[in-house]
Amino acid sequence: MSEIAADGTPLVAPPEPRRAPITMIGPVAWARENLFANWWSTAITLAMIYLIVKFAVSFVSWAFLNAVWVVPVSPQGIANTEACRALKGVGACWAVITEKHRFILFGTYPYEQHWRPLIVCLLFIGLYIVSAMRRFWRWELALVWIGVLTLIGVLMWGGILGMPYVPQERWGGLPITLILATFGLAFAFPLSILVALGRRSRLPAIKALCVLYVELIRGVPLISLLFMASVMFPLFLPEGLNIDKLLRAQIAIILFAGAYLAEVVRAGLQALPRGQYEAAEALGLSYWKKTGFIILPQALRLVIPPLVNTFIGFFKDTSLVLIIGIFDLLTAGKTAIIEPAWQGFGVEVYITLGLIYFCFCFAMSKYSSGLEAEFNRHRRR
Amino acid sequence: MTKTMMGAFAALLTAAALPALAQAPAPAPAPAAPAAAPAANANTLDAIRARGNLICGVSTGLAGFSMPDSQGAWRGFDVDFCRALAAAIFGDPSKVRFVPTTAQVRFTALQSGEVDILSRNTTWTLSRDTSLGLDFPTTTFYDGQGFMVKRSLNVTSAAQLEGATVCVQPGTTTEQNLADWSRAARVSIRPVVIERVEDNVSAYIAGRCDAYTTDVSGLAAVRSAQTTPNDHVILPDVISKEPLGPAVRHGDQRFADIVRWTHFGMLAAEELGLNSTNVQAAVGTETRPEAQRLLGKTGDLGRMLGLDNAWMVNVIRTVGNYSEVFERNLTPIGLQRGRNGLWTAQGGLQYAPPFR
Repeated sequence: MSEIAADGTPLVAPPEPRRAPITMIGPVAWARENLFANWWSTAITLAMIYLIVKFAVSFVSWAFLNAVWVVPVSPQGIANTEACRALKGVGACWAVITEKHRFILFGTYPYEQHWRPLIVCLLFIGLYIVSAMRRFWRWELALVWIGVLTLIGVLMWGGILGMPYVPQERWGGLPITLILATFGLAFAFPLSILVALGRRSRLPAIKALCVLYVELIRGVPLISLLFMASVMFPLFLPEGLNIDKLLRAQIAIILFAGAYLAEVVRAGLQALPRGQYEAAEALGLSYWKKTGFIILPQALRLVIPPLVNTFIGFFKDTSLVLIIGIFDLLTAGKTAIIEPAWQGFGVEVYITLGLIYFCFCFAMSKYSSGLEAEFNRHRRR
Repeated sequence: MTKTMMGAFAALLTAAALPALAQAPAPAPAPAAPAAAPAANANTLDAIRARGNLICGVSTGLAGFSMPDSQGAWRGFDVDFCRALAAAIFGDPSKVRFVPTTAQVRFTALQSGEVDILSRNTTWTLSRDTSLGLDFPTTTFYDGQGFMVKRSLNVTSAAQLEGATVCVQPGTTTEQNLADWSRAARVSIRPVVIERVEDNVSAYIAGRCDAYTTDVSGLAAVRSAQTTPNDHVILPDVISKEPLGPAVRHGDQRFADIVRWTHFGMLAAEELGLNSTNVQAAVGTETRPEAQRLLGKTGDLGRMLGLDNAWMVNVIRTVGNYSEVFERNLTPIGLQRGRNGLWTAQGGLQYAPPFR
């Protein structure tokens, strides 16, 4: 086992003097490995860097350096947008947002009462944040929801506590989007669970009813349901009886979202191994106990990604109510640029609207991936 | 593609709804005496009085005609007409609620009683007047389809558009009118069909099309929004008739009368030189017989309509006469009086029957 020869020289030749090892960790190594591994990778990297820098520079100069933030507005309310038009597209005209932001956010709601929809929006966001925290997941949360939603109704309608009454057709902007999305999903989700369970029921009548509902609603586009709700439905009502336009749209959205979510939930129910059902039955649990304690907690956990996918989709689908003349966020933004002085500044408005939608959707998506990771911790190895 | 399908679907729905529309709310022709009229919807005026405000269906946004301003208040020509009507009924132009309606739902909104009147630049056509169960009491604005071209093209009439590319919105009467005109006038044009108004305009500005066609009022609005409006010309040729006016439910003649005569009253006021600034003084000093009747000093005309005799005083004082409303809303978007001038003074089409 000796590695030393008789004459005392080591058998293994002393290592050649080597170059310092290439960095194996750290950003430099990462860049070397991923971006500059060989000549074509290097070429693509350089080309992409060039394009990104070029785009970023022109975007910054458009959006910030050359932008116009305010334009003079005459006492009659007519804006003088010549400063913006003189830019000829090299700079953004954020003045349209400065001038119209309250209209975009709150639509035709009476101007001096704008604090009410503002509080409503903050209440909604607060409600989302509280509901998202697991430490508040108790049955009292349902009371909080009922309380806050009632408060939102009181604030929007008014008519009491010295707040003037504001009819529904004057509501608009972000509150409409949040109301439609929140109420829509809050009612559609429980409905969807019932329908999904019903679809897997052994009782033929219930099963047929649920299949009929899901297939009927899924078979038509949302826009046609909204049309039904706003065009056909009033004709069936007795003369003089008018159900609020927003409520009709809201019901259509709940029914539509319910059908889609039901299929998502059903996927979760079917993904559970039969053994879970059988084990629960073997314990002698009743149907509702089995469903509530064994099946649903596991099934819903499985379908968090598609559920959130559907949620995000519906948050954005609420903008379809423009077809029946409700001013949601997107429609309010579109309407803001109808005024001749502001025509042609759609890009600025759409970027702003996009950012607002993105904030809500990205928050939903991030939260769901966190939730997913936490719930599925036991599966990870 | 989806838009076209949407449109097709809307058409299908409307088609399905038509028989229902025609049967359900349209009652038998109402007798002249309001008291004997069918109870169903014949008492729009009473319903409005009981409710305390007029509900007016307006367009969701059309420059100059109806559009919310930066503070969310409705402004425009169609909007002011509803304000005038509220002033005639209540003496207060603020007693009106504006319900934004899209082109697809507007007639149902009126039929189902969701709104009392549609004032959203709706073209008066035979089929709408009859099979939809509507009435068009009057025409508040005579529009028509026209062309806009760049001045640099040196085109002076539509006949010179031979071989030109024309930007047009699909699925509207605009597209059909263009095709009809092109066939009738034997001018072969190449339509460039673009869905949205804004995209149409930018395509035209960018030179994608030689001309842009839509209603003249729309062309004027687009032209006035350009940096140098003088670079664009609206050709004198008008290829279609678009009489725009308010629509009410068929069968309530009394309310239709009020709508009709409110418009005529505003025309008569312009004819007689009465406007929002001088009407208050004129109430005391007016000596011309027709003006006295219009202002309710003699003749009891307001009561014949079921209104207060000071109805037109209230309209003129708070909203103004026809020319004031026109200048407030349509002149800023670059529209001339043109054919909407008074027949008596400017040779236009606006003509009020005698107030007697």
